[in-house]
Amino acid sequence: MGTALLSMSGISKQFPGVKALEGVDFRLYQGEIHALMGENGAGKSTLIKVLTGVYDIDEGEIALDGRPVRFAGPQQATEAGISTVYQEVNLCTNLSVAENIFIGREPTKFGRIQWGVMRRRATDLLQRLELDLDVTAQLSTYSLAVQQLVAIARAIDVDAKILVLDEPTSSLDAGEVAQLFRIMRQLKAQGIAIVFVSHFLDQIYEICDRMTILRNGRLVGEHLVADISQLQLVSLMIGKELALLERLEDAGKRSFDAAPAVAQAHDLGRSGAVEPFNLTIHQGEVVGLAGLLGSGRTELARLFFGADKADTGHLEIDGKPVTMHGPRAAMNHDIAYCSENRKTEGLVEELSVRENIILALQAARGWTRPLPRRRQDELVQKYIDALNINPKDPELPVRNLSGGNQQKVLLARWLITEPRLLILDEPTRGIDIGAKAEIQRLVVELSDGGMAVLFISAELEEVLRLSHRIGVLRDRRLVTQLENTDAVDLDRLTETIASGT
Amino acid sequence: MSTTFESLQKRVIRRPQQRHIPVLATLALLCVMYGAGVVRYTGFSDTQIVLNVFIDNGFLLVVGVGMTFVILTGGIDLSVGAVVALTTMIFASLVRAGWSPIAVLPVVLLVGALIGLAMGSIIHFFDIQPFIATLAGMFLARGLCYVISTEAIRIDNALWTSLADYKIRFGGFHISWSVVIALVVVLVGAYVLAYTRLGRNIYAIGGNQQSALLMGLPVGRTKIAVYTISGVCSALGGVLLTFYTSSGYGLHALGMELDAIAAVVIGGTVLTGGSGFLFGTVLGVLVLGLIQTIITFEGTLSSWWTKIVIGALLFAFIVLQRAVARRTS
Repeated sequence: MGTALLSMSGISKQFPGVKALEGVDFRLYQGEIHALMGENGAGKSTLIKVLTGVYDIDEGEIALDGRPVRFAGPQQATEAGISTVYQEVNLCTNLSVAENIFIGREPTKFGRIQWGVMRRRATDLLQRLELDLDVTAQLSTYSLAVQQLVAIARAIDVDAKILVLDEPTSSLDAGEVAQLFRIMRQLKAQGIAIVFVSHFLDQIYEICDRMTILRNGRLVGEHLVADISQLQLVSLMIGKELALLERLEDAGKRSFDAAPAVAQAHDLGRSGAVEPFNLTIHQGEVVGLAGLLGSGRTELARLFFGADKADTGHLEIDGKPVTMHGPRAAMNHDIAYCSENRKTEGLVEELSVRENIILALQAARGWTRPLPRRRQDELVQKYIDALNINPKDPELPVRNLSGGNQQKVLLARWLITEPRLLILDEPTRGIDIGAKAEIQRLVVELSDGGMAVLFISAELEEVLRLSHRIGVLRDRRLVTQLENTDAVDLDRLTETIASGT
Repeated sequence: MSTTFESLQKRVIRRPQQRHIPVLATLALLCVMYGAGVVRYTGFSDTQIVLNVFIDNGFLLVVGVGMTFVILTGGIDLSVGAVVALTTMIFASLVRAGWSPIAVLPVVLLVGALIGLAMGSIIHFFDIQPFIATLAGMFLARGLCYVISTEAIRIDNALWTSLADYKIRFGGFHISWSVVIALVVVLVGAYVLAYTRLGRNIYAIGGNQQSALLMGLPVGRTKIAVYTISGVCSALGGVLLTFYTSSGYGLHALGMELDAIAAVVIGGTVLTGGSGFLFGTVLGVLVLGLIQTIITFEGTLSSWWTKIVIGALLFAFIVLQRAVARRTS
């Protein structure tokens, strides 16, 4: 393969409290499409930002064309021939297509912009990409997919040697992805090296030559795509770490077919978020959702809560069709949603534990009927004890609690409303093992008590341990639902996520 | 491959004249107003009526040009009226002190530029909302007027009076120097917006400041530049106002910033930035001037009807812009 166009070796990058990258090597050859793989927090975006000059590195060496380089900013990286197209299109949609390609380096004569020259050059450039656009039209008149391609045109106009595409396909449909891939192959044939980041495994296998896999800031491996199966890839990305958790009773084996259905989704879907799916959640049942990041787990759950509006299908609660007009409506149907992001979507950090816990109940009652203070204290004390929230002082600001205890406060807020369907989105992420175990035990207790639970977690062990039934998502589609019997274990589940069957 | 290409093309929605719609609406409104005036009042069809609108509003046009630059970036400049007043004050007091008006001219333009530069720098470097920064500038400039004098100062200068009263005649009609100056400013401004990098950067920042930054455009420099331009335009507007009033006074141009903003918005420039034309601002000023003319012709109506009509028009145009923006997205 000759010498690498770009070689990064022993790259380390430390942020306060986190080692984002630790001794990572990365090599890129001319004319290859290279996938950068890893779950969230694996260090992909940090590595990309190092490559594009946004971050400086603490340790390691970067060599471009065999010469050591060090970028002080994105501008320098661009000048060295490294162009980046980010997930969100960073263009000005109020300007014309031609301007978006050339702005900042318009052809000028005596300070006057030569519009004719600019239009011609833009047309030529787009024609080389086999794109037939009216370059004088405002960019906003074109679809997001075309805008993305214009962004790529802008990126390669600066004689790019390396093109970094950070999740360019996340909002494109199949036809548009094919269009993008055609252009990527063309650029590859011209000798441009492409770094491609995507959560869609099929796309990686379709377009990429080699891949580098990261996990927890470390290099896991560098492979030819042809040499590694999807199953191997997924297990390398997720890793199988032995959990030091207390063993819970096997949750499965109960049959819920006879139990009344709390919520039933019929062809429920939202374009761009999750394809239409059917899912029934029975009383006392824990339905787990498994899938890689970006596979549509959260998006599916949000449709149940009405946080996003479905554009196809309908939802039945207790066998009666309902339209979810938003979280308030869902709360009226006794559905509670514990969001993934407790900092920005859940807790009010300045308020006390007590105030945070009663928030949802108070909202459900309406603000004109305040909950008596005695009743508040009683309820709050009950849940602080039940969930073992530490410290036990209800008047402490939530900000002062640890992550695990904050999560329990959030949980208490929803439990206090006595929901019949509880949606838990990553309830154990980023909390310590003890708190994790307590939350898991609580889920089991609640479902034994008859509550229906929709449980989302990136940790497959956890999903396996708690769920009676597991819905597997892949590329924003609910591909299958597995009864959690003895036949289903970690390998089987990993394989399902990887292959879709 | 051809099928994907077609599917791609199908998603392309073509509405070429979209960004021209608000300006065209203003043009249509202007024609309707003028037509109604001609039908209703005798003597309204005299071309001199239209020229008088220009003569009476030359200073507003110049101030409006600066305001258009600022609003195109998504900002706002509330200080313009106060800077106009301060300019008339400095101008009048220096002339009274024996300076030649020609020597005073660069001084007041420099003062306007410095005030704009200061506000722009504060907005950029301290990341302050333009509303607050220019509000502070407004109070500052208005206050400085009274430091110079609490009374109105007459401008008694033969040269200046002759310049102000000079009528450029052609074919039975006449305009004043202020009209010529205002139109030159409009043309220069339009050229800058359409044919220079500064102009295109202004549109880009108004469209999406974050993107402009990531595309490597000089966002900070451009933002400071537009407030400086607005300051210079306000100072020049103040000079033209002295043609009109022959005096400097701290109470001149009260609320002119709002007239300027109204003219710019009625002219089709979107308040959030990124879309609009100087030609629209010219139309906007003409609409405001024509309303005043019609109310003068009506005779019995109170002049406050001007404000009521302007208010109604502003509402109409903001709603129109919203409708156009919705259809685009």
